[in-house]
Amino acid sequence: MNKNSNLYQIIYAAVMVLIVGTVLAFIYMALKPKQDENIANDKRKQILSAVHVIPASDNAIEETFNKYIVAGYLLNKDGSIADSAKNVAFEIDMKNNIKLEERKLPMFKCKLDDGSFKYIVPVYGAGLWGPIWGYIAVNDNGSDIYGAYFSHEGETPGLGAEIANSKFQEQFQGKSIYPDGEFKSISVMKKGQKPIDGSEYVDAISGGTITSRGVQAMLNDCMTPYDPFFKKLQCGTIK
Amino acid sequence: MLSKRNKEALFNPLSKDNPVLVQILGICSTLAVTAKLEPAIVMGISVIAVLAISNVVISLLRKTIPTTIRIIVQLVVVAALVIIVQQILRAYAYDVSLQLSVFIGLIITNCILMGRLEAFALSNKPWPAFLDGIGNGLGYTIILVIVAFFRELLGSGTLLGFPVIPQWCYDHGYMNNGLMILPPMALITVGCIIWVHRSRNKDLQEK
Repeated sequence: MNKNSNLYQIIYAAVMVLIVGTVLAFIYMALKPKQDENIANDKRKQILSAVHVIPASDNAIEETFNKYIVAGYLLNKDGSIADSAKNVAFEIDMKNNIKLEERKLPMFKCKLDDGSFKYIVPVYGAGLWGPIWGYIAVNDNGSDIYGAYFSHEGETPGLGAEIANSKFQEQFQGKSIYPDGEFKSISVMKKGQKPIDGSEYVDAISGGTITSRGVQAMLNDCMTPYDPFFKKLQCGTIK
Repeated sequence: MLSKRNKEALFNPLSKDNPVLVQILGICSTLAVTAKLEPAIVMGISVIAVLAISNVVISLLRKTIPTTIRIIVQLVVVAALVIIVQQILRAYAYDVSLQLSVFIGLIITNCILMGRLEAFALSNKPWPAFLDGIGNGLGYTIILVIVAFFRELLGSGTLLGFPVIPQWCYDHGYMNNGLMILPPMALITVGCIIWVHRSRNKDLQEK
């Protein structure tokens, strides 16, 4: 058969694509459950990181998560609780939850070993190369940050990617989001500079300016809708 | 099994015919994934696997591939293998797959792959093609690991994430060199390795 005839080439390409497509589809289907489990476990691990709980092993993630995260909520815009099923809050993909008008407000309630409650808010925003996200744990007084966790998809290693480093995240501990009674998101500032609006601030990452700005914008964008809820925490109308 | 020719296919790419040092292929990923040692090693292993298997597949198909669409065939084979590697990493080494993120996908554009498929697999039997794939993959990995070793050591003071520079060095004013983490220093490191390599191999030097 003539290898260079048009017919041969077309059939060759078509058969090849069919075979490759089938193989890939099969592999995708076969590995999907395992991948979904990894993704869910990774999310659990990230949520736990915000309250400094590290699961003992990869097999214990789900168990640890269920032990510490006692409830999940969906909030209304006025800060009241719309839904309190843990799965509903857990299954919200922040990627599809960006538009402010339609945004759902998930939140996790965590009970630590010392009996104190923390409220964990997921945040999602844009870095330099792709999405960045994180989880912010707020104390039950509704105004101080207990812990923060950030991660990213593809920020520059050693620069923007340092937001995933615990040194950067530890800076957020104890910062107040109500420095003078009004909600003010944490600013991420170049070393030596201070925000003009009087909000509390952390040091940005040198060489990771755009990612640092992204973190600041993300915190402002994603924490602000929770303001009514935090206020309720502060006056004690929600326990 | 290992005739003289096969040995050459396997061992030449390690030094005398190294894809990165001599053919200057695959530089882009050498710059991108060498800031830390661990992603560099996983990237190297992935490239070895993809290169060896795609070499064998193309070599098996070499008599049927129409010459006019051979590049497309090669691309489809490589792209399929890369997606498989990516899916497997995501299922069984999730943390590593997160670290490598886009770079696994970029194996497709690694010039070493197309170069070896065109230059070797299309005109050789599967077994030598397999050895050639392993050899070139190893040659690439060695350079990746050497570059990543120096960049992580000098840039972050760690190796594979463990701190290796003792605290008293920092106490006495030593500082990690942030420049090492930036891609330009990878290029300069590769340049230094090429310099050392050429000065040791007289037959590589241009007259």
